[in-house]
Amino acid sequence: MGITVPQINFSIIAPELIISAFALVVLLLGVFFPRTGKNDYLGYVSLVGIVVAFLYTFPIMGKSQYAFNNMIVADGFGVFFKVIFLIIAFLTVLISIGYARRVDIDFGEYYALIMFATLGMMLMAAGTSLITIFLGLETMSIAIYVLAGLMRGDRKSIESALKYFLLGAFATGFLLYGMALIYGSTGTIILEEIAAYIKSKPELLRSPMIIMGIALLTIGFGFKVATVPFHMWTPDVYEGAPTSITAFMATGVKAAGFAGFIRVFFSALGAFQPDWIAIMWLLAVATMTVGNVVAIAQTNIKRMLAYSSIAHAGYILVAFVAGNELGTASILFYLLVYAFMNIGAFTVVILLGKRGEENVLISDYAGIGFKYPLLGASMTIFMLSMAGIPPLGGFMGKFYIFSAAVKAEYYWLAVIGVLNSAISVYYYLRVTVFMYFREPEREITGLTFSPASVVAVIISVWGVLYMGIFPSDILALAQRSITGLL
Amino acid sequence: MIIPTVPPSCYLVLGAILFTIGVIGALTRRNAIVVFMCIELMLNAVNVSFITLSRFLNSPHGVMFVFFVMAVAAAEAAVGLAIFVQLYRTRETINVDEINLMKW
Amino acid sequence: MLDYVWLVPLFPAVGFIINGLIGKRIDRRLVGWIGCSAIGLSFFFSILLFFELIQLPPASRHHEFEIFEWVVSGDFRTVIGYQVDPLSILMALVVSGVSFFIHIYSIGYMHGDPGYPRYFTYLNLFVFMMLNLVLANNFLLMFVGWEGVGLCSYLLIGFWFERDSASNAGKKAFVVNRVGDFGFLLGIFLIFTNLGTLDFTEVFHKAPSLDVTLATTIAILLFIGAAGKSAQLPLYVWLPDAMEGPTPVSSLIHAATMVTAGVYMIARCNVLYSMAPIALTIVAVIGVATAIYAASIGLTQNDIKRVLAYSTISQLGYMFLGVGVGAYGAGMFHLMTHAFFKGLLFLGAGSVMHAMSGELDMRKMGGLRRKIPITFWTFVPATLAIAGIPGFSGFFSKDEILWQAYSSSHGHFLLWAVGVIAAGMTSFYMFRLLFMTFFGQCRAPEEVKKHIHESPKVMTVPLGVLSVLSIIGGYVGIPHIFGGGFNKIGEFLAPVVGGHGEVAKGHAVFSFEKVAHAAEGGGATATAHGLQSASMEMILMAISVIVALIGILMAYVFYIKRPNLPGIVAEKGKTLYTVLINKYFVDEIYEFCFVDSLKSLGIALWKGFDDLVIDGAVNGVGHLTVGLSGVLRKIQTGFVQSYAFFMIIGGVIVVGYYMIRAIFY
Repeated sequence: MGITVPQINFSIIAPELIISAFALVVLLLGVFFPRTGKNDYLGYVSLVGIVVAFLYTFPIMGKSQYAFNNMIVADGFGVFFKVIFLIIAFLTVLISIGYARRVDIDFGEYYALIMFATLGMMLMAAGTSLITIFLGLETMSIAIYVLAGLMRGDRKSIESALKYFLLGAFATGFLLYGMALIYGSTGTIILEEIAAYIKSKPELLRSPMIIMGIALLTIGFGFKVATVPFHMWTPDVYEGAPTSITAFMATGVKAAGFAGFIRVFFSALGAFQPDWIAIMWLLAVATMTVGNVVAIAQTNIKRMLAYSSIAHAGYILVAFVAGNELGTASILFYLLVYAFMNIGAFTVVILLGKRGEENVLISDYAGIGFKYPLLGASMTIFMLSMAGIPPLGGFMGKFYIFSAAVKAEYYWLAVIGVLNSAISVYYYLRVTVFMYFREPEREITGLTFSPASVVAVIISVWGVLYMGIFPSDILALAQRSITGLL
Repeated sequence: MIIPTVPPSCYLVLGAILFTIGVIGALTRRNAIVVFMCIELMLNAVNVSFITLSRFLNSPHGVMFVFFVMAVAAAEAAVGLAIFVQLYRTRETINVDEINLMKW
Repeated sequence: MLDYVWLVPLFPAVGFIINGLIGKRIDRRLVGWIGCSAIGLSFFFSILLFFELIQLPPASRHHEFEIFEWVVSGDFRTVIGYQVDPLSILMALVVSGVSFFIHIYSIGYMHGDPGYPRYFTYLNLFVFMMLNLVLANNFLLMFVGWEGVGLCSYLLIGFWFERDSASNAGKKAFVVNRVGDFGFLLGIFLIFTNLGTLDFTEVFHKAPSLDVTLATTIAILLFIGAAGKSAQLPLYVWLPDAMEGPTPVSSLIHAATMVTAGVYMIARCNVLYSMAPIALTIVAVIGVATAIYAASIGLTQNDIKRVLAYSTISQLGYMFLGVGVGAYGAGMFHLMTHAFFKGLLFLGAGSVMHAMSGELDMRKMGGLRRKIPITFWTFVPATLAIAGIPGFSGFFSKDEILWQAYSSSHGHFLLWAVGVIAAGMTSFYMFRLLFMTFFGQCRAPEEVKKHIHESPKVMTVPLGVLSVLSIIGGYVGIPHIFGGGFNKIGEFLAPVVGGHGEVAKGHAVFSFEKVAHAAEGGGATATAHGLQSASMEMILMAISVIVALIGILMAYVFYIKRPNLPGIVAEKGKTLYTVLINKYFVDEIYEFCFVDSLKSLGIALWKGFDDLVIDGAVNGVGHLTVGLSGVLRKIQTGFVQSYAFFMIIGGVIVVGYYMIRAIFY
């Protein structure tokens, strides 16, 4: 067994390298030039890093190049996800400026960890071997464990970190075992070679070992994207974590989870589609239903959005089951629009709080619509978009997903999905009802709006509207991105 | 060289048993550190399987994987212990069955 | 000129933006002025388009204007555009015209309300959405309008959101409508997957290639949507509650325009429905059932707006009966006349409320004829019109529907008979309303009595205009028996919906006509045929008029001659009366079956599932694994582990499924 020197092509991973470099810079700046209560400048440095990394995604766009012994690839799929992650990271940093100061977590580590987590996500989307995907996932997860518990004096924050950490590590065990079994059955960890090996040996299709591996991978990824019954951590962790990190988790981690999920299941294990389709069907239905139904009874908006994020994972699984070209493209589309609307909603949640008073109960929103008309209007847009009301982006996303399901002849799945989104209107609308139709029990006064967060709201509103009114360009881009994946 | 008389399937079964012990431990122990150790046991069970498979398949990937898993486990341990320390500071307990501030 | 169709919805949009952004900061009169002129301009352009259109030969009266390509990807392509054809221009005229007068009326009615700018903002948005709905050239834009009007309806029902009942009514309307939208959306999906397009022209061009089952499914799904929006059985429950909104809103949205969207949609999709006789029958049966059902509830209600609400549901039932027997033109005709007289009735009721310091209970009114004469004299023609008295608009359109229900190939004697009985009820409850409100002694408290005054001009002028329309609006569709060639509206709509009048006659399936057909030959057949059906039509018309007159007479006896009679009758038929006044207890049944159970499911999953099931299960495992030591311990199982345990349960299911599949398949 000779050792071959891998071909090294740094341009393929330029965005990752830049993000890492900036993360280290921010970390060091935070250590050597700390300014108590005035660390916003670290956020701006991070923003610069994210923008530079974003610019470096352009050279690798539209190519399909492998590097590092086929461990990593720059293809349309990976690049599309990298763009999603960088947008999410950008918005997260934007909403953190001001908020991080408010809750006393504006150290260099905070921004650095966001960027490290983004690095992990990008590796997950670009990885073409089980090792890179695993490492990406862990890089992301470990950073998020820390971020969730960063509010050190806050009992809820620590508790959420504990729960996320223990369950995350637990799920990692299953994921890893699944990878081991797949490796054992096929003798390789490169996704394409796995697919080729399975193709050359049809008897593998009935091998219990590899199927066990697939089952364990389903659990591992199912945990990361929060599908029922692996969703239990979501509400607690989302409630306890700093709100900016909740937004980051709900969008970024979920998107990254789906990136890995799709990459592994479609490029390596596509031959097993008949096996996993029924279980995914079941997971999709359970996830949508539990998420939506339980969300109805929530009183805390972060918790409600957590259950709503579970429901959205269910919608995305519908497209996953459909498995056709439109379905996969609609996942990319949906994750992007979901990033806008969800971060937007969390930003409003952040803006309505102040030091020592976070105002996260839905009843706190009474009368907000008239007191802060623009904020109320933005929240209404996000809520309606999540509920799937045209002409907002969320509607187009759902439209594509359910059309994909109908196209693949999963009529019942589409029916259940549409019914579910009808249920979801109830609790999304409840927020609007509170904002406009309820008398406030107590006045919320003295809010200071951080300009960066306001910019984030504007970007999110723009994104939701743009993707609702002119969805075709982005869908076409998504469809181009997935060529060669299926 | 002594030809190993233990068939590789035995090592795989050992891995599976260790993994199950880890799962049961993680489900039943109260102390967060012990729970975490059980999870570590699960990871190491996977490592045993990886090494066995790597040797059996005569491919280096499995061993490579193990190194990364070990590195990741170390990082997780560092983060985890930090979380436990903070937990102890705010709650004066690290028993997971006393941590239920957020529920429903 | 037809290319300027985009101007029609543009003006309300502009009005919406201006009033929405700066409405609170500018003078109130300016707000009203902006709102009204936006709609006025839109009405003006609709009229121009109408005259442009009728100058074209009937066959080429179709024009599409593309605004932009909305969704283009692969095989999916939707162009956002408007289309001008007789059907859409008729709707645009009705919508913008009636809206215009109601806007003017609102200036007076909403005068002094703190939410004045908000009101006009919502109202303009509503008109914009409604015009999008009727002018759209594809299902997607129609759906946008459809959802948009639903949203505005929700906002306007809950306009006085300080009242709990108002915001609840808004929510109810929205949720019930979503049930309908669910069907509508599925129908659109099916159309798209099977025909690959959502463009009206293309869909209806390709539709004949669908097989009948599929066409029926699509038609029924679309009808579910229509039933939600147009308040048909069993989805009508939201409309009576919607009366919580300001009265002009009830008039505009919940009587004249939005609720008729379902009828319009079915008329628009007439190609699909004509392919699916079963679907048509369902539409007709639901329509006529709703007509009589709502009319029977209307007999006992005492709230003036609720009577009108049930009357609206009932009249919408007539429209569905019309389209359901394939007489799309007749349905649209009734839609138009109904917009005039029902819009007027609501505005009149609003004027009464205005006079009576907001009183809605008719038992506390009476004798208003002399105190508010203008309102009274405009109210009368509308009442006569809805009761179907010859010479007034409602007579022509209702009679056309009833005749078609009897004679068309999809019609049936029973449909006609039930329709006529409902018509009798209609004239009874409408005259009951008229007599209780305007005749007899004034039963209002003294302090209210003192304040009774006629409404200002800005309110009475729209009443006058609409009352004129309620009288003459019917003369565009004079029945054939009074001379051919006068059914202008039927001819006008014929290129879109088919010349139903002629067609129906040709298809009429009476056995004696067939005999006549067999016995005679050539030209004589046609004459005999024509004569036979003409005399038949005469007889039926006479019957319905007589029934209507009987209804009026009964109302007269009950409420003028012997005012103690209603109480006696109610006492005698107590069960029936209780059922009717409680609206067949449908709200309670729905509440029990759907609302409560869904809510308790939510709570059950939340508390029961997370608490009981998981904790219970974990406790169970605690018994198994920890053994005896744990049995007697007060088990406070940590939640992290219960989560982990739940993951394991899920994992076992997943793994188990895969393994069973791997081994047994």
